[in-house]
Amino acid sequence: METFITNLLNGLQYSSYLVIVSVGLTIIFGVMKILNVAHGSFYAWGAYTSAFFIGKFSDMGWPDAFGFVIIFASAIAVGLVLGFIIERGLLRFMYGRDEVVIILATFGLFLVLEDVILLVFGVDPYFAYQPMAYLESVEVGGITRDVYGLSLILVSTLVAAGCWYGLNRTKWGNILKAVIFDREMSVSMGINVPMVYTVTFIGGTALGALGGAYIAPTVSVAPGLGGEVIVLSFAVVVIGGMGSIPGALIGSILIGLLRAISVHEFPQIELFVIFAVMAVVLVFRPEGLFAPAKVRKI
Amino acid sequence: MFFDRTSSIVVIALFACAVAGYFIPDWIMNQLMFGFARALAVLGLLVLWRTGLISFGHAFYFGLGAYTVALLDINLGVSDVFLRLVGAVLVSGVIGWIVGFVLRNYRDIFFAMLSLALSMVLYGIIVKTEALGSTDGFSISAPTFFGFAPDGKYPLFVFICVVCAICAVAVQMYLNSTLGWMTTAIRDNEVRVEYLGLSVANAVHVKYVLSAVLAGAAGCLMAMALGQVDPDSMVNWTASGELVFITILSGPGSVIAPFIGSVVFELLRTYAFEWAPHAWQLIVGGTLLTIILFLPGGVWSVIEKVVGKKS
Amino acid sequence: MLTKKLIRGVGLAAVSAIAISGGAAQAQDATKQDTIKIAVAAFLSGGAAGPFGVPGRNGAELVIDAINAGKLPAPYAAKGFGGATAEGIFFDESGGATKQVAEYRNLVQKRGVNVVIGYVGSGNCIALSPVADELKTLTIFSTCGTPRIFEESPRSYVFRSMSHATADNIAAAHYVADKFPNLKGYTGINQNYSWGQDSWRDFDLTLQTRNSSAKASEKLQFPKIFAGQYGTEISALSLDKSELVHSSFWGGDLEAFVIQGGARGLFKKKTAVLTVGGAASYRLGKRMPDNIILGDRGPYGILVRDRKTALNTWFINAFKDRYGTYPSGPAYHYAQSILATKVAYDKAAASAGMAPTQEQVVAALKGATFESFSTTVDMALGNGHQAITEAAYGITRYNNEAGEPALTDVKFFPAKCVMPPDGVTSVDWIKGGMKGATCS
Repeated sequence: METFITNLLNGLQYSSYLVIVSVGLTIIFGVMKILNVAHGSFYAWGAYTSAFFIGKFSDMGWPDAFGFVIIFASAIAVGLVLGFIIERGLLRFMYGRDEVVIILATFGLFLVLEDVILLVFGVDPYFAYQPMAYLESVEVGGITRDVYGLSLILVSTLVAAGCWYGLNRTKWGNILKAVIFDREMSVSMGINVPMVYTVTFIGGTALGALGGAYIAPTVSVAPGLGGEVIVLSFAVVVIGGMGSIPGALIGSILIGLLRAISVHEFPQIELFVIFAVMAVVLVFRPEGLFAPAKVRKI
Repeated sequence: MFFDRTSSIVVIALFACAVAGYFIPDWIMNQLMFGFARALAVLGLLVLWRTGLISFGHAFYFGLGAYTVALLDINLGVSDVFLRLVGAVLVSGVIGWIVGFVLRNYRDIFFAMLSLALSMVLYGIIVKTEALGSTDGFSISAPTFFGFAPDGKYPLFVFICVVCAICAVAVQMYLNSTLGWMTTAIRDNEVRVEYLGLSVANAVHVKYVLSAVLAGAAGCLMAMALGQVDPDSMVNWTASGELVFITILSGPGSVIAPFIGSVVFELLRTYAFEWAPHAWQLIVGGTLLTIILFLPGGVWSVIEKVVGKKS
Repeated sequence: MLTKKLIRGVGLAAVSAIAISGGAAQAQDATKQDTIKIAVAAFLSGGAAGPFGVPGRNGAELVIDAINAGKLPAPYAAKGFGGATAEGIFFDESGGATKQVAEYRNLVQKRGVNVVIGYVGSGNCIALSPVADELKTLTIFSTCGTPRIFEESPRSYVFRSMSHATADNIAAAHYVADKFPNLKGYTGINQNYSWGQDSWRDFDLTLQTRNSSAKASEKLQFPKIFAGQYGTEISALSLDKSELVHSSFWGGDLEAFVIQGGARGLFKKKTAVLTVGGAASYRLGKRMPDNIILGDRGPYGILVRDRKTALNTWFINAFKDRYGTYPSGPAYHYAQSILATKVAYDKAAASAGMAPTQEQVVAALKGATFESFSTTVDMALGNGHQAITEAAYGITRYNNEAGEPALTDVKFFPAKCVMPPDGVTSVDWIKGGMKGATCS
């Protein structure tokens, strides 16, 4: 029973972190048909920005709880600045090119952003433990857990619910769905598609950054942070169905639980299992478990 | 017409390099050696790319080739270059053939993603298995030629030049064959190719196996040139990304392009690392973006323009 | 036409390459008399840069500059390396072993480096050893720990100026066996490569010979190096019945593990042995929990802060003046390698009477014994290529008055207690009951 609860919580905690990052990735893909490798860098930028400012404000004597404000503020700031610059300044010139060529362009962007982080923040790792210390720890299933890690589950639930609500219950959501479904038709209906692209990209970037910003207090924020995340979230998005938000959710939970169980029972297969599932899903259901509906065009 | 002008240029140029290799300083020979070895994998990607397929997991075969050499060396003490090459080609070819049955039905982003998944499965296995060297990888003993163990790297360099020449000519011949002519036809319209009475799936399968074999051979040569294999620089997704990068850098124009592109990449990386150790990724990534935006034909299109105009 | 053009182009390229290389070779000969080039490999990017790369690099830079200026205390007050001024080339160690092999070749063949020192990653050291011998270039590993380097095959141009991982883990096991005679179970979390695997194996084997009633856990964790998030592993360790956790984590991985484990109360429940914790204790400060058994790859960093020898006092003060922090373990490791280079060049130059050749320098370093900043280095193993030094462990207790990390119960283990004699591999030696060990 203890093991079960532990595995479940570990799995959910890991899933939550994947959810936040992958939802951003999958929204960008759904709307813009860009599988964005640079998403890993957005994650890293979020982590660096929040760790940097949490440290700065803490030095100035602000209370630890203020860290939570900084986390969300950094995510939004990174989304607005990086997302805007990259979409308007670079991706705009690539629409219409081969999907795979655009992946490669974002790979180039990823390499560039990795080094820009180094130039801006230096090589020394940052610690931003204040928010984690503020929430203290609690006993669950026979072992101590930090409340901060558990709060990740709450945040990801909010993010997922917010995305669902935004997509299904608002006017903006309807516009987005229209663009996802058929770009040309949306243009002819008078939707400002370039504007939709910019907003989507900023939103997706902010979500990627939020993943990093929220994880930052639990890790040593150091260069190379983004490389690991990106393949994992690729796996999530592919398993769930590229462009599908419920898919990203299910994909994250699946991978999170599988990883937790394998680390506990067979530590050897931890990495292998994630990508094996990705390959199996691709072989038997190439469109992913929750493929968004596709229009057949002639 | 099978042995055309391009083929003769490749053979003459690689022969010239092999001769020059005796006179040039070691570091330039090393750069050429790494460049040529990697160029074979790029050549394989070029064959796929002409059909409109880009694999984001070709480090899978590159790594298979490299690790075949390492495992043959460590477990069986095989040091002969020919045996190593045959082993690497067989392993990557057979696995490519089996995997091909699935992958030949995939296109676009799904092809890219399934390739990526496969390479990451291999990565996951190697990294966590002590018998496969985990993150460290293995050192590989110096290669021998029919029991003859020469001093220095020059014989290996000549061997690599010869293998590259043979592969480049073979690929050129293939592209000029009926099966090869289908390459671009499939990219343009698969349905029409089927109406001509040809099997698209079979044609793609052949290309896939060809590219797998080339990448396996590349991995094998690279492993011997470096004397080292490790998962992070040979099997991880970044290694696959690097291969695709060089393909774009080279351009799809000719079978000569990968060789020039790979050497340019090797030099770019070396100098970027020397001049800006903190920003070499920035330089490499920036180059990639520039090429995608302003030079879709790659380095080859520049050479074609310059050389073509004069003659 | 095209054919001719290309052939001409290739020919031209070859000729110009030969011309360039000829020029480079000449330039090298001219400068060989009064300067040498020392390449220093250290992590300048990635998670290990802050805790390992930068202090290591700084330690090397400090000592190179001091030697060039003749500012080191006796017996190293003589200017230069055998009279030659050294130019330090600092480069990034990250990117994997294959990239490092390519980089190493470039350094030696293209940039004409005379000595290469540094390297923290064991994988890099294993990969580079055969290359160094092939290129006949003096290479002194500073920090990397795997015993395999000299145990698998003899090396000619490769040296290591500190003990290998066996010393850390035998000493750790002795320390644990002495402090916790009633230990029932122990487990470990180590990285998935030679460093982690060897460390665990040596610790496990030694503890078995010292205390056979203690049992190792069956579920050992070997996460991937640079993984960064250990929440799941920490849960697994918390649920494990063992009272003690052994870890050879280092760099950013260790810091992440300590922060995450601290928040989860792991270090209140279990006693942790961190064989490379010294650098982290300085960087984490108060965040490093008390009561952790801490090592720093030997008698370096925080473990020797109170040793008042002239060399050590100079090193600590000069480092603090220039970089604003105490020198941590890696700073000592790298500084020690530079010192080994000086010792070798001085000795070779004295007997050669002129600028020594690579072979003369290598012969001079072989089997040498010299006084380093914090301890005595004896190149006793691997046919005179592998150093042995003391090992040391202590228990963390934050000093609230001074506001800095400190250790209690520091214990030093003599070199011959924790390193095998020459010609015996670590595993065989431990399994055979550590014959000939002198521990007092």
